[in-house]
Amino acid sequence: MANSTKAQSNREIQNDQLLDMYKEMVLCRTLDERIWMLNRQGKAAIVASSQGHEAGQIGSVAALRKGYDQCYIYYRDLAVLLTLGLTPAEIIKGFVAKEGEPLSGARQFPTHGAHPEYGVINLSNVIATHIPQAVGAALTAKMKKEDRVIVAYFGDGASSAGDCHEAMNFAAIHKLPIIFFCENNGYAISVPLSKQMAVDSVASRAEGYGMPGIEIDGCDIVTVYETTVEAVSRARAGLGPTLIEANVERYLPHTSDDDDSIYRPAEEIEEAKKRDPLQLLSKQLFELNILDEKEDQAIRENAKTIVNMATEEAENAPYPETTDFHKHVYSE
Amino acid sequence: MPVITVLEAIRDAMREEMRKDERVFVMGEDIGARGGVFLATDGFLSEFGEERVIDTPLAESSIAGIALGSAMSGLRPIAEIEFADFIWPTINQIVGEASKVRYGTEGKLQAPMVLRAPQGGGVRGALYHSQSVEALFAHTPGLKVVTPSTPYDAKGLLKASIRDDDPVIFLEHKRTYRLVKGEVPEEEYTIPIGKADIKKSGDDLSIITYGLMVHHCLEAAQLAASKNISVEVLDLRTVRPLDVESIIGTVEKTGKVLIVYEDNQALGIGSEVSALISEHAFEYLDAPVVRLGGPEVPAMPFSPPLENMFMIDTEKISTAINKLAEY
Ligand SMILES: Cc1ncc(C[n+]2csc(CCOP(=O)(O)OP(=O)(O)O)c2C)c(N)n1
Ligand SMILES: [Mg+2]
Repeated sequence: MANSTKAQSNREIQNDQLLDMYKEMVLCRTLDERIWMLNRQGKAAIVASSQGHEAGQIGSVAALRKGYDQCYIYYRDLAVLLTLGLTPAEIIKGFVAKEGEPLSGARQFPTHGAHPEYGVINLSNVIATHIPQAVGAALTAKMKKEDRVIVAYFGDGASSAGDCHEAMNFAAIHKLPIIFFCENNGYAISVPLSKQMAVDSVASRAEGYGMPGIEIDGCDIVTVYETTVEAVSRARAGLGPTLIEANVERYLPHTSDDDDSIYRPAEEIEEAKKRDPLQLLSKQLFELNILDEKEDQAIRENAKTIVNMATEEAENAPYPETTDFHKHVYSE
Repeated sequence: MPVITVLEAIRDAMREEMRKDERVFVMGEDIGARGGVFLATDGFLSEFGEERVIDTPLAESSIAGIALGSAMSGLRPIAEIEFADFIWPTINQIVGEASKVRYGTEGKLQAPMVLRAPQGGGVRGALYHSQSVEALFAHTPGLKVVTPSTPYDAKGLLKASIRDDDPVIFLEHKRTYRLVKGEVPEEEYTIPIGKADIKKSGDDLSIITYGLMVHHCLEAAQLAASKNISVEVLDLRTVRPLDVESIIGTVEKTGKVLIVYEDNQALGIGSEVSALISEHAFEYLDAPVVRLGGPEVPAMPFSPPLENMFMIDTEKISTAINKLAEY
């Protein structure tokens, strides 16, 4: 792609690490499918699925110091939340809006709010507002002389917003320790890339801001991991931001409220499934002899059991009390 | 007369105006192939083509700014903001710029544009898909702010807004879209911006309201009737300009006023209406003006019990009616 550097790295990923990522991905997919089902059963008001995005999310988080580095995420980042430490039960509680939901106390849409301990913030549904905020966090790290790295996750759609451009410009000027991680799935709801930008990649814009822009296969978890490791070390070394554009796929409609058959040919989704990150990774593991049929089966069964138990716990939890309704408007 | 929904009324209004006037076009996110996330522009792409049905990038500030520029240079844009909660980047272009186009050029330029947005809660939309934004726009002279409640009003007011020579913020309560149905004549009509409408006539007490709340108020008025309290329901329809004459008229008639609105109560539309009453109709009052508005939290929470706590419903209105009637 024009003006973008392809990822080049020889950082080796360890076999057991790859297997762990696979387990996380299986769990995330199982959880995501369950949550979608809860919506269809009328139990979850709104769901944005991560299916097709998992390699980008899990591969990038794996390159971070969990709990120290900070992730400013958006609604499709289920796998980021999960790999950073939220439990499936905590996550499902968000979808069914129950007490014990740790991010916002079920005040917000599922997956929204913050968990400072895990270094994860998903403040708002308003696209791209978090990108300058992430840059602000990177400014803090620089001013406090901490070697913390910030990752701002966002979609291709978000890259059109003024906030995104302004944030990237500032981050590059000040060489801030931030990674702009664009999960490009080719659509902003129904609007295809061709109607969002006249250039052929988000990463190609990086040159205009004065930072490296790297376009990668976001379904290939090894590439994602290696590229992010590189960007993290640049950031920690004070060399400034990197824009990573991970090309991923969106297998389901934009959200549970959407009907993608109006604007997206079914064949396109079928085609996209050929690069399903989950299948790609399992194939890789089989080829490397890290995984066999039996263990794969066990991993999937285990994920199902975890998700079943989590669903039960979340469904049985009460709704939040209204006593705290007025709390936390101002400091008290 | 055909019975249609609020959403259909809005779609019909835009379609008819686009058929009649070549200068009218629509722009916004997902309004093309998708027909809008609420389907307000369903079928427009095939009828009017890509030139007049523009799917924009996700960038609200430029949606408003480009609409404004096209309006100043002779077109009549209808720009859609997908949810009112995402309207804040347009404040610069609308409150900052559009409101001052006529004033700042001594009338040499004008900005005949409509900015449409679905707003309001009670749909499990949480903090960022439930907000009401009328007060922030209504604060600024030069803008008009329309908040329809029924299909008939929505159609007539939207047509008037498209034909209006000044910028109009047209705020549709998303809960009314499919829920509220009503008769709409097949023949051509418009409703003047700035005229309130008595949705139910009564003698003992007046409710002044707009948008979705009109329907809850009508229900509450019905319940009050069974207790022999005769309630008048005045639908403002337009929150800027306000119909001061109709407001004074209803106060004069009943002497007691309850103002109901979903938006934050403090510094809201009800605050202005209340001030107008005390300035112009104080001598008619038999009781202090009462406001029933949104609570002192920044937006509507997600979980059902929390959302219910935020939303004003028929029961809360009934309680307020009974209390005021006893005064
Ligand atoms: C400022 C703003 N405008 C519009 C929306 C409505 N909206 C929600 S998601 C979305 C598309 C986002 O697309 P993208 O950034 O590519 O992320 P994806 O959902 O594809 O992962 C839109 C337009 C919003 N949430 N915020
Ligand atoms: Mg996208």
